[in-house]
Amino acid sequence: MTTSDVAPALHYEVAAAEAEYHRLRRREVWRRRMLPVAGIAIALTVWATLVHVLKVPPFVAPSPLLVITTLYAKFGLLMTNLLPTAIEAISGFALGNLTAILIATVFVHKKTMEETFFPIVVIINTIPVVAKAPILVLLLGNGMEPKIAIAALICFFPTLVNMVRGLESVNPRAMELMRVLSASRREVFFKLRLYNSLPYLFSALKISASTSVIGAIVGEWIGSTYGIGALIIQAMYNFDSAMLYATVIVGSIFSVMFFLAISVAERLTVRWQAPEMQ
Amino acid sequence: MSGPAVAALPVAAEPAPAAAAGRTNAVSCQNVTVRFVTARRTVTALENVSFTVDRGGFLSLLGPSGCGKSTLLRVVADLIAPSSGAVSVFGMSPQEARRRRSLGFVFQEAALLPWRTALQNVELPIEVGGYAGLRPGDPTPRELLRLVGLDGWEQSYPHELSGGMRQRVSIARALLGGPRLLLMDEPFGALDEITRDRLNEELRRIWHETKTTILFVTHSVYEAMFLGEQVLVMSPNPGRVRDIVPIDLPRDRDLRVRETEPFVRIAARLRAILGRSAS
Repeated sequence: MTTSDVAPALHYEVAAAEAEYHRLRRREVWRRRMLPVAGIAIALTVWATLVHVLKVPPFVAPSPLLVITTLYAKFGLLMTNLLPTAIEAISGFALGNLTAILIATVFVHKKTMEETFFPIVVIINTIPVVAKAPILVLLLGNGMEPKIAIAALICFFPTLVNMVRGLESVNPRAMELMRVLSASRREVFFKLRLYNSLPYLFSALKISASTSVIGAIVGEWIGSTYGIGALIIQAMYNFDSAMLYATVIVGSIFSVMFFLAISVAERLTVRWQAPEMQ
Repeated sequence: MSGPAVAALPVAAEPAPAAAAGRTNAVSCQNVTVRFVTARRTVTALENVSFTVDRGGFLSLLGPSGCGKSTLLRVVADLIAPSSGAVSVFGMSPQEARRRRSLGFVFQEAALLPWRTALQNVELPIEVGGYAGLRPGDPTPRELLRLVGLDGWEQSYPHELSGGMRQRVSIARALLGGPRLLLMDEPFGALDEITRDRLNEELRRIWHETKTTILFVTHSVYEAMFLGEQVLVMSPNPGRVRDIVPIDLPRDRDLRVRETEPFVRIAARLRAILGRSAS
């Protein structure tokens, strides 16, 4: 047998093996997507069955079908109330994180500032959000401002801590290199520290994306007439459980979308392999 | 330190003002002592270290870990100030030499910036420190990558390169702007032996081609001998100079020189010196 006889057979086998491999891979990808969907479907079925079998009255807990109908029927109302909450969450997110980044920059360059003010930051962070909210409503009135402030406060701390760490945990050899090159502090910051901090910053931003929504909603609980938070309170006082669940679902879908947007931004920005983070 | 601190000197590409002593010497250390004072005790890293390196020379610093050879390199690079003694680099203070970009430094780990491509890493030195720009005739970043054998890898990120390739990038980076002194701190220490051998040969070639003075820290007797024209042997606790051994091997050497009789003889001598200092 010569090689020319073997080659086509071999080619065929390789092609078959590759086709088999791709088939298995596709199946695996499909499987991984379908399993969570199946999980949600099972949970909804159990929920619906329990509500039906135990005859739970609709003012205690709704059936999933009722929630979906409410979502559809009250879609306009839900969206008009989501808009202010979204604006508050996103503004708070921007304000809190920008402030955190700026203060982290100051802390890294002026150690005395960090030693002086970091304890205050820690103390403010230990106050629960629900306790901070009334204080800020008294200070800032009943508009969007206190909600934005609460969302900002909630975002501030994780970003500050992560950003300080990201700016400081620069490879000591890279610092020596910058010194050998007589780089200024400004150059060290913009060419080294800032890039080094990006993976740290994004892990904080991903936390902030969901917590800023929590902040805005908690802010709306206190004497607000609009927003997802106000809607939740109203639905609760009216024993309108279907509306309550629908509102919660709208709020959490917004949270998830915000989180995904930040994840996409991270993937577009941090294109290098992140350094080993402990 | 010799000479007063020079305030914010613009980085000029002019040749150094040739001081009388600095005309022939690339590096000169006289009685350099470095003490690190900690809360509990004082550690003497270097004690009365004196040596000189000729322009265009290649000196290997050999010794066990903890003998202060990396500290010595950092004193020359103005990363550590000596507690006493005088250091001059081309007749200048180390600080002035650093500000004039007379020296390049290669670390044990490549210390590349992971968010920059190989080419962008090599370009870093001309982006910082108020660098005036390459002189006509200076090799460009692309040419330096070719010099270290990384043609075609310009757009690769560090995590896409092997350890040896990363170290080549860091050598190219250190060579940008044509520094007259290259300080290398165990640059091949973390690489496998095969890669290390190949890079040793290439470093000899680069030394020939660039005519740069090189100070090379290593704890390998073979590496020190194969690379250096001289080997400075150090002993630890505190770091002292044991001996300076000239390496009488052909200027054009390849790795086979390690099997020759003179190489074996000098290696035995170096090991004897190292053995005596081990206590």
